[in-house]
Amino acid sequence: MNLTLYVWRQPAGSPSGQLVKYDAPDISPDMSFLEMLDVTNERLIARGEQPIAFDHDCREGICGSCGMMINGVAHGPMKGTATCQLHMRSFKDGDTIYIEPWRARAFPVIKDLVVDRGALDRIVAAGGYISVSTGSAPDGNAIPVPKTDADAAMDAAACIGCGACVAACPNASAMLFTSAKVGHLKMLPQGQPERGRRVLAMEAQMEAEGFGGCTWHGECEEACPKEISIDWIVELYRDYIWATVVRREERAAEAAI
Amino acid sequence: MTRFGVYFRSTVGRKAVAAVTGVVMVLFIIQHALGNLLIYQSAANLNRYAAFLKDKPGIVWPVRIILLAAVGLHVWAVLSLAAQNRAARPVGYAKRTPQASTLASRNILVTGLLLLAFIVFHVLHFTTGTILPSTHMPMDVYGNVVRGFRIWWVSLFYFVAMVGLGMHLYHGLWGSPRTLGVENPYAPAHKPIPQIIAIVVWALFTSIPVAVVIGYLHL
Repeated sequence: MNLTLYVWRQPAGSPSGQLVKYDAPDISPDMSFLEMLDVTNERLIARGEQPIAFDHDCREGICGSCGMMINGVAHGPMKGTATCQLHMRSFKDGDTIYIEPWRARAFPVIKDLVVDRGALDRIVAAGGYISVSTGSAPDGNAIPVPKTDADAAMDAAACIGCGACVAACPNASAMLFTSAKVGHLKMLPQGQPERGRRVLAMEAQMEAEGFGGCTWHGECEEACPKEISIDWIVELYRDYIWATVVRREERAAEAAI
Repeated sequence: MTRFGVYFRSTVGRKAVAAVTGVVMVLFIIQHALGNLLIYQSAANLNRYAAFLKDKPGIVWPVRIILLAAVGLHVWAVLSLAAQNRAARPVGYAKRTPQASTLASRNILVTGLLLLAFIVFHVLHFTTGTILPSTHMPMDVYGNVVRGFRIWWVSLFYFVAMVGLGMHLYHGLWGSPRTLGVENPYAPAHKPIPQIIAIVVWALFTSIPVAVVIGYLHL
């Protein structure tokens, strides 16, 4: 396959960049999208040019490192996969492919297609945990969890934090990410003691990072390589309103004093 | 953070404000659309209904104040949210292909601003009679409607505004129960309800200028 690429090139430390045209001849349809970029980079290096910087790690769709806008679609045209699991057979010979980094105020570009997704880590640090005394692993069946709840929690926990939801959202909102991280803990007994405080803190951190809010476009759900449902955002909203009205943890703290 | 301060600060809180005020306005709109149907019964019945409402200031004025507050809060909430959402992506994409968003969802701000302009025009036109494209008679609602809609640009504006209303309700009613966390994703049976309300309300409102233009409703 012979392809024409328009790739966003932005030098490290530079506030701006531009799309640069590259020819990518003799690409095998069996290559993954990242392998196609690897081949292109080998050619750039041979010519003495800077290779295209992009994030990647496991290349088997489970780590959440890779991710780029491919022809205006987060992770490209294949649904339910990360960029690394997208293969060149999804494209046709002679195609023109636009490759851009995730765009959001909260995701500053580090270089080319690499963005800083530390904002997502800080959202998790704001409340995406349970406070327990660590020690030896507890017995697996010590706390019974209904199968449906465990399955739902697992669905939300499938989030790999790649940031595609933010990239796809017209508002650059991290609501799907945040709701998945809130959601997998709220479905389990261990997540209950900090349930109200968690949702308020994580939502507040999301806004502090400069992400937008949800307006129910549904783009995030379509872009998500783990196909996390937008219904988790409904769950977040329900918990948020409940937390402001019931204030369970705040009242417990006041009672303790 | 005070207990309800988040409803004026966070996006989730302001969206809840927009959703509640939106539902209040939709309830009024449904009542308004049904009341309008009297125009198909007779001129006398429509005018009698108008006189009946005018005779009840104890009901009309509280409703007006609630609606005005709802409009004000709704506009404030969505404009502040829109500004925040816009700021969240300072550099846009050179190429973007929408996957799931609809024409209604992407243009909800446009249709909302259209509706705001329409509401101002509509109140000045029919309620107060300040804008006079045609002769305005205080107690003759039927006559005012027919005379008003015989002017082509008035009918066209109402027609366009009602397309905007339909689109606004289509997305707004889909989102509101989700924003308030009352949507049950496991009960798919009621999924088409927002679409049905949007289409029925659009059809009821649009039918009147159309009926005047084609001559079905006349003086």
